[in-house]
Amino acid sequence: MLTRRIIPCLDVKDNRVVKGINFLNLRDAGDPVELGARYSDTGADELVFLDITATIRSRKTIVELVEKVAENVFIPFTVGGGIQTVEQMDELLRSGAEKVSVNTAAVQNPNLLTEAAQRFGNQCVVLAIDARRSKERAGKWQVCVKAGSEPTDIDVVEWAVKSEKLGAGEILLTSMDADGTKAGYDNELNRAVTDAVNIPVIASGGAGTLEHLYDAIVNGGADAVLMASITHFENYTIKQIKEYLRDKGVPVNL
Amino acid sequence: MIVVIDYNVGNVKSVCNAFRYIGCEVKLSCAPEVVENATGIVLPGVAAFGYAVSALGPLAALIKEVALGGKPLLGICVGYQMLFEQSSEYGRHNGLGLLSGNVVPIPAGRVIPHMGWNLVKLNEEMDLFAGLGSEKHFYFAHSFYADVTDSQAKVAFTDYGFELPASVQKGNIYGMQFHPEKSSKAGLKVLQNFYDTCKRKSLEC
Repeated sequence: MLTRRIIPCLDVKDNRVVKGINFLNLRDAGDPVELGARYSDTGADELVFLDITATIRSRKTIVELVEKVAENVFIPFTVGGGIQTVEQMDELLRSGAEKVSVNTAAVQNPNLLTEAAQRFGNQCVVLAIDARRSKERAGKWQVCVKAGSEPTDIDVVEWAVKSEKLGAGEILLTSMDADGTKAGYDNELNRAVTDAVNIPVIASGGAGTLEHLYDAIVNGGADAVLMASITHFENYTIKQIKEYLRDKGVPVNL
Repeated sequence: MIVVIDYNVGNVKSVCNAFRYIGCEVKLSCAPEVVENATGIVLPGVAAFGYAVSALGPLAALIKEVALGGKPLLGICVGYQMLFEQSSEYGRHNGLGLLSGNVVPIPAGRVIPHMGWNLVKLNEEMDLFAGLGSEKHFYFAHSFYADVTDSQAKVAFTDYGFELPASVQKGNIYGMQFHPEKSSKAGLKVLQNFYDTCKRKSLEC
């Protein structure tokens, strides 16, 4: 049986891992290569590296970082942040990333998902969605772009369904309302999306306790859970997380 | 020396990194003389099937020839799928035909792609699973799978709501649907076993 995945997320800025609250107030969490290798050795299922500056200068840095990470990490990892073209994806995949995630560029040019899937296979193509609860429409979420700074009129569930048809092989779903709060994932959001699509969904934003991870899987229907603060600052080890989930009947790779 | 075929698709570097990590001399190349002189060949692949086949081009014939001549060949993911006869991913494409069977979509009714760590029931008669026990988790990421019809092939399966072929061996031809280079300690052991097999075969020659 396929296991549920535990995925630490490393937000990278100026070659350091950082972590913020609601996408702001960044705090240093260490060296990305060291932290990545530590997670690889201690039983994480996968890693996500997000270049949160995503400037032209940082693009070169992130390729070099991916190369270094790939020499030390023997679990899959996804790279995202500011990726605009199939050529940039190719460079990152050839540098050692298993998957690439796109966000703003896919909203601006949805065809990018199709081009990428036809070239790399859809299992390489992760659509990242930054979701914010709509103030106007109850029970709906709106897609935000440019690192969450710009809300759009696009409905999150509709965009998720469309992206699957276009070629996305996985959705990294971040609740901007919950991100960094450690108050739990937005499982209404997770459930709305996991019920609507047939590709794997990674729940992101809000992990604070072991129960939150369990809830995202069982109540949110998530195939994988992303976390940062609770593992970076060593509140919990990956082993503790997996033992907890296993004891509650969730299949994990332990 | 093991050659990892460089044909302009993703993840080739990860495969090289993993072999280097276990102390194996590895060369990333598409030069025919390197392929001929290598003790073993690895055909990696993160790509759509059609793109991978056309990127491989005329090298396909050489790989087939040396594999039929007895040199160990390991196909990974799409590189494994290409060992079969045909795939229906984004159109119809012919593979190398070293193994009987076709590459078809994973049946609907489950989450697709099949992505993540799944438990493989290891066939202990298969060379590359030596020392790994009866079952281990490996990392998968694919939407198509090889429907193996080759009666001479040994097959190891994983459960994804149906018996999904996870790995195949037919003599010196090895294939894995999962990614050993991304499957942590168990994956590195598989690659170590391939490396050992290549060393043993080259001493026999």
